[in-house]
Amino acid sequence: MIRQFWIAYLTITRKEIMRFTRIWVQTIIPPVVMVALYFVIFGNLIGQRIGEMDGMTYVDFIMPGLVMMSIITNSYTNVVSSFYGAKYSRHIEEMQIAPVPDLVILLGFVSGGMVRGISVGIAVTLVSLLFTDFSIYNPFVVLLVALLTSCLFALAGLINAIFANSFDDITIIPTFVLTPLTYLGGIFYSIKLLPEFWQQVSLGNPILYMVNSFRYGFRGISDIDLSTAIAVILFFIVVLFATCLTLLARGTGIRQ
Amino acid sequence: MFALEIENLHKTYASGLEALKGIDLHVEQGDFFALLGPNGAGKSTCIGIISGLVNKTRGSVSIFGHSIDREFIVAKSLLGSVPQEFNFNTFEPVEEIVINQAGFYGVPARIARQETEHYLKQLGLWQHRRSQARRLSGGMKRRLMIARALIHKPRLLILDEPTAGVDIELRRTMWDFLDQINGQGTTIILTTHYLEEAERMCRNVAIIDDGEIIQNTSMKLLLKQLNSETFVLYLRDDLAQVPRLQRLDNIVQLDHHSIEVEVPDSCSINDLIHELDAQGIVVERLRNKVNRLEELFVKLTSKPDNSSAA
Ligand SMILES: Nc1ncnc2c1ncn2[C@@H]1O[C@H](COP(=O)(O)OP(=O)(O)OP(=O)(O)O)[C@@H](O)[C@H]1O
Ligand SMILES: [Mg+2]
Repeated sequence: MIRQFWIAYLTITRKEIMRFTRIWVQTIIPPVVMVALYFVIFGNLIGQRIGEMDGMTYVDFIMPGLVMMSIITNSYTNVVSSFYGAKYSRHIEEMQIAPVPDLVILLGFVSGGMVRGISVGIAVTLVSLLFTDFSIYNPFVVLLVALLTSCLFALAGLINAIFANSFDDITIIPTFVLTPLTYLGGIFYSIKLLPEFWQQVSLGNPILYMVNSFRYGFRGISDIDLSTAIAVILFFIVVLFATCLTLLARGTGIRQ
Repeated sequence: MFALEIENLHKTYASGLEALKGIDLHVEQGDFFALLGPNGAGKSTCIGIISGLVNKTRGSVSIFGHSIDREFIVAKSLLGSVPQEFNFNTFEPVEEIVINQAGFYGVPARIARQETEHYLKQLGLWQHRRSQARRLSGGMKRRLMIARALIHKPRLLILDEPTAGVDIELRRTMWDFLDQINGQGTTIILTTHYLEEAERMCRNVAIIDDGEIIQNTSMKLLLKQLNSETFVLYLRDDLAQVPRLQRLDNIVQLDHHSIEVEVPDSCSINDLIHELDAQGIVVERLRNKVNRLEELFVKLTSKPDNSSAA
């Protein structure tokens, strides 16, 4: 039985990876090009005028945040578009009809999203080498935060897809929730630059914790305590995971 | 033990529509079973519930004695299903669709490849294995879904209108193929709108109408009830009024040149022509009113013909 589920899990994960690699021009290239532009404009052109941030060059400061942003958007987008696509063209039924427990479906889609998020993250890191020297303070923290964050947003993408009833629904949340939270999540500035009130408000933004712990992994500097950040991320993973499982068990959006 | 056992199955959709109103159905192991009924009767809903694609409102379903609720892993492993509508990822290559399906059932990759080759060859899709599914013709897509449903060697195969939109030649090869599968011991349930198909292949039959089973019998007994056939007659001359015939009272005038006559088994075509001839009515051509199944439904449900079963 375990072996049967393991094969099913690998099949879903592989299928998910094949999906985004088959259309790599749509899935891998655009985020890499976008981040390259950020590096050119903010890192080099404007960054030189900004000077130092938290004791490092501006391009070094924004680099971890840009990688994190790519991980977040790509793990989210992968799951939301793949799962919604499967729902829309009904091939989700291929899994529903088979003896695949919801947990396996969940893990398969989430793994696919994580692989996409991390792959683009690595690609973006490679691009950053054109603009700044590579340095890493604690590779273990970098890896851990990358994995946890991609997991969290893959789960969030799945929830979005489960509730989505149209292609509009799968862009509304990314546009009006995810993007603002990411941009206000301390990628481009240290929250210490903000007035006290807005610093407090920023602490309510979960993405701040991910960006800062990730920056800590690369640079050894963070606005937020590392263990607090990890705890916050884990908390969200647990909540979203439980939500996903409940929704799948109920068949919300996929079973009448 | 039955291959399929359905008890008191109810389904009310979120829209409030009651698609199944308490269905009981027992299908013997090894049977070739037809589930018939007009459009919207509830056939696909019933199959959807059996396959785990639709939540039932009430009732129980077991596959070879395994409840789809309590033992869904075993129950699902025993079932293969070909849905009415295409439901594969049209951008995936044919071969991958079938191999992946095997993977969902936990079939190891090496065996999955062998089986995929076997079924794709048998269903004439091998040369298309690398094509994206959307490039297949309608008939090929149906066969792809059959290959996909068989890949884990199910003991119960359910096909929801497998021959819809399939030409007669291909339909015959499908029939032979299904006969062969059934001969090897697989229980088969199919829905169809062609009585000829059910007649040729199925031993037992249930007719569902408006969410209720109105007949559950053997094919032979069912066909006995179809003791008349309707013909359309094309006449040479304009018809002033509907002719009165001695032994036939069910005559409808369609237009000036044609009438529809229900001919019971007790009456021969010769009798009919003689009578008309005696009244000076010349029949130029005649044809069966298509779809005897439709007639059967009309008869059984004794409602006006409001379904287009084709
Ligand atoms: N998802 C749904 N939501 C609401 N009503 C539905 C849904 N699916 C089917 N129905 C309704 O349930 C009834 C039974 O539909 P079903 O598809 O089971 O019929 P069927 O016997 O398969 O018909 P056909 O021969 O046309 O395929 C119909 O009235 C249909 O409109
Ligand atoms: Mg149907």
